[in-house]
Amino acid sequence: MSSHAHAGGSTVHAPMAEPSGFVRKYIFSVDHKVIGIQYFLLALTAVVIGIVLSLLMRFHLVWPNATLPFVSGGQMSQEQYLALVTMHGTIMVFFVLTTAPQGGFGNYFLPIQIGAPDMAFPRLNMLSFWVTFLAFVSIIAAFVVPGGAPISGWTGYTPLSGLGEITGPGEGWGQTLWIVSISLFCLASLLGALNFIATTIDLRAPGMSLMRMPLTVWGWFVTAILGLLAFGVLLAGGILLLLDRSAGTSFFIPAGLVVNDQLQAHSGGSPLLWQHLFWFFGHPEVYIAILPGMGVASHVLSTFARKPVYGYRAMAYAICAIGFLGFMVWGHHMFVSGMSPYSGFAFSVLTMSIGVPSAIKTFNWLGTLWGGKIQSKSPMLFALGFVSLFVSGGLSGLFLAQPAVDNMLHATYYVVAHFHLVMGVAAIFGIFAATYFWFPKMFGRMMNEPLGKIHFWFTFVGAYCIFMPMHFIGIAGGIRRYADASAVGFLAHLQPVHQFMTIAAFITGAAQLFFLFNFFYSLKFGPKASKNPWNATTLEWDTDSPPPIDNFGGHYPSVYRGPYEFSVPGAVDDFIPQWVEPSQVARVK
Amino acid sequence: MPSTIVTEEIELIHSGKGPGGGNFSGDGGDSGDSSGATSVPQRAYVTGMFIALAGILMFFMAFVSAYIVRKDMPNSAWIPLQVPRLLWLNTLVLIASSFTLARAHSRFTAKDEEGFRHWWATTTILGILFVAGQILAWRQLAAQGIFLATNPSSSFFFVFTGAHGLHLLGGILALLYVQFRATRKVTRGTAIEVVSMYWHFMDGLWVFLFLLLYLGR
Repeated sequence: MSSHAHAGGSTVHAPMAEPSGFVRKYIFSVDHKVIGIQYFLLALTAVVIGIVLSLLMRFHLVWPNATLPFVSGGQMSQEQYLALVTMHGTIMVFFVLTTAPQGGFGNYFLPIQIGAPDMAFPRLNMLSFWVTFLAFVSIIAAFVVPGGAPISGWTGYTPLSGLGEITGPGEGWGQTLWIVSISLFCLASLLGALNFIATTIDLRAPGMSLMRMPLTVWGWFVTAILGLLAFGVLLAGGILLLLDRSAGTSFFIPAGLVVNDQLQAHSGGSPLLWQHLFWFFGHPEVYIAILPGMGVASHVLSTFARKPVYGYRAMAYAICAIGFLGFMVWGHHMFVSGMSPYSGFAFSVLTMSIGVPSAIKTFNWLGTLWGGKIQSKSPMLFALGFVSLFVSGGLSGLFLAQPAVDNMLHATYYVVAHFHLVMGVAAIFGIFAATYFWFPKMFGRMMNEPLGKIHFWFTFVGAYCIFMPMHFIGIAGGIRRYADASAVGFLAHLQPVHQFMTIAAFITGAAQLFFLFNFFYSLKFGPKASKNPWNATTLEWDTDSPPPIDNFGGHYPSVYRGPYEFSVPGAVDDFIPQWVEPSQVARVK
Repeated sequence: MPSTIVTEEIELIHSGKGPGGGNFSGDGGDSGDSSGATSVPQRAYVTGMFIALAGILMFFMAFVSAYIVRKDMPNSAWIPLQVPRLLWLNTLVLIASSFTLARAHSRFTAKDEEGFRHWWATTTILGILFVAGQILAWRQLAAQGIFLATNPSSSFFFVFTGAHGLHLLGGILALLYVQFRATRKVTRGTAIEVVSMYWHFMDGLWVFLFLLLYLGR
């Protein structure tokens, strides 16, 4: 038998005392595990709000004239629809797709997986969570201020976002709160990124070389680097936009602009400048959302196929390559903005070159599965779903990457379908895979398998039912932000497709109740989890479920091998954890 | 055979004489200190500062790229700003502060506490003088009727100097902290190194911004 006894070389410290008192322990905690759960719960709250907003949109698209009880005036106005678009996008991108995988799971598991007692700077960690929380309060407050939520989309394009109330309801207080929220979020993410990078560089356990780090750690590490280099740029853009709105400067507002028959007193600013600053952040942001999911998918596929990750090094390098290229392609969001066709060409070629590392990842995922003893547990299903959605959503990116094709498809539902599949749903599947996989470690109890499977199948089929037809609406010319397409002649005949998608959306949305029930029920009543319920190999499975305050209960692990030693030829067990000394590995005689 | 998980870099042993020393130990060895398991290797603070500076650099480069783009826009309504002469003096003061800081650092290495405190304080005073000088330059511009929203060139001038000034104020606070307070988790040597990195960076950044404002009008 391979021994799970602790390696002889590990150091023993006196176990750390837990802070006493509810506030220090659960609210203003400096423990990365508590902070990770705080981030996770924040994202869970945000995703419920985000889903409700999207269902309202889907409802309105199909029944635009329905009377709604909570809408002033009974019927939803077009501006209110745009406010839903804006708030759905903002909440989902920032407070779910960025917050849950990185802030939540990254915070919880990065230190444990590299064998560290905590993040390098625990107080900074606490600060970054609470600033994120303030950012969330600020964006939610936009719903209730006079004028309501902003209508300029999650991209906050100028001049719409830069002129104040005159450009529409929600462009007064709501838009200001949006900018404040995003700026705070940038600040928090910068602090978080600093912590993640320093922790990964300096706090790894003995033997944990870079090429022995789990691919999850690679994902979080590269994501943190992207965040460090990208969020500062958006913060700068946010400050300039705020000055345009409140101090009368003209960074983004052009001269001679007439809104509602009023000449605006601005001179010579550039709306394109905002787009450049925004998308220089915005494109890396896409990878900030998806890279942790890629790490989780690799990790889970390997564990439940009982096989090493195929081409580990290539996987690690591909993550770095995607991160690197991610900074050079922001212009592909701006093909129709009137920029030079030459730069469009450069952005196009660079964009398509991201297909190479993406393909490496996909082929290696398939290679990992090939010939494996596949165990169809809930986390595995969601990891497989991740691969499926990443491929389906990624392929349409190759079409959009070509300026000539993008000219037609830009601002249609094709784009909406593309980024929802590849960045939205795929990343959400990564989050689900991580939740089902690590729930036993985080809360010491197992989640319910049958409920997990039901949740998976409804969500997986449902996501395709919503977003596959959406491609066709886009190709047929369906414009993405129209509040009521039935009033547009050439789009009216697409309404049945919209109806199908709306019904699928409501069913998929309802299916998330399986997850919520499973999550909260298992917290209290799930069967107790052992130390290593999945027979996995990385360091988080070397400690109790849930881990003690200093992660390893006063001892620290040493690392003797790579992260995915499954089915090693000659070994008795089909997995050899990273902390097992070579001399303790049981061999077949 | 690895015997420790956290190998702290050997830091200069230097017991702070400042008030509020608490149970801070400058011990850089591998004996467990009072914080036990949570002790973080000192090099992590240096790494952290490197990373922070990279983030700050991106923040300022976003402004700089906006400046370059905005200035050369067609119909940009750009009127080149006459940079106040006082800025030359301020720049010299800030460059001088980097030299006094380097001096303080070498005094610290030579275990000359008096010398260190002297040069460290000089650096702090020069930093405060710089910020005061910047505010004076703002007032000179205001007296000429040039404000944030007067022209894009003045907008950028105030954004650059304002953002840099705020960052420098943070540096001054850090200088004061090291002078008057004992650090807890960070050894004094690391604190001095990290603050120095930040200060020199802010100095270099200012020289760059000043040249941009002056030559790139």
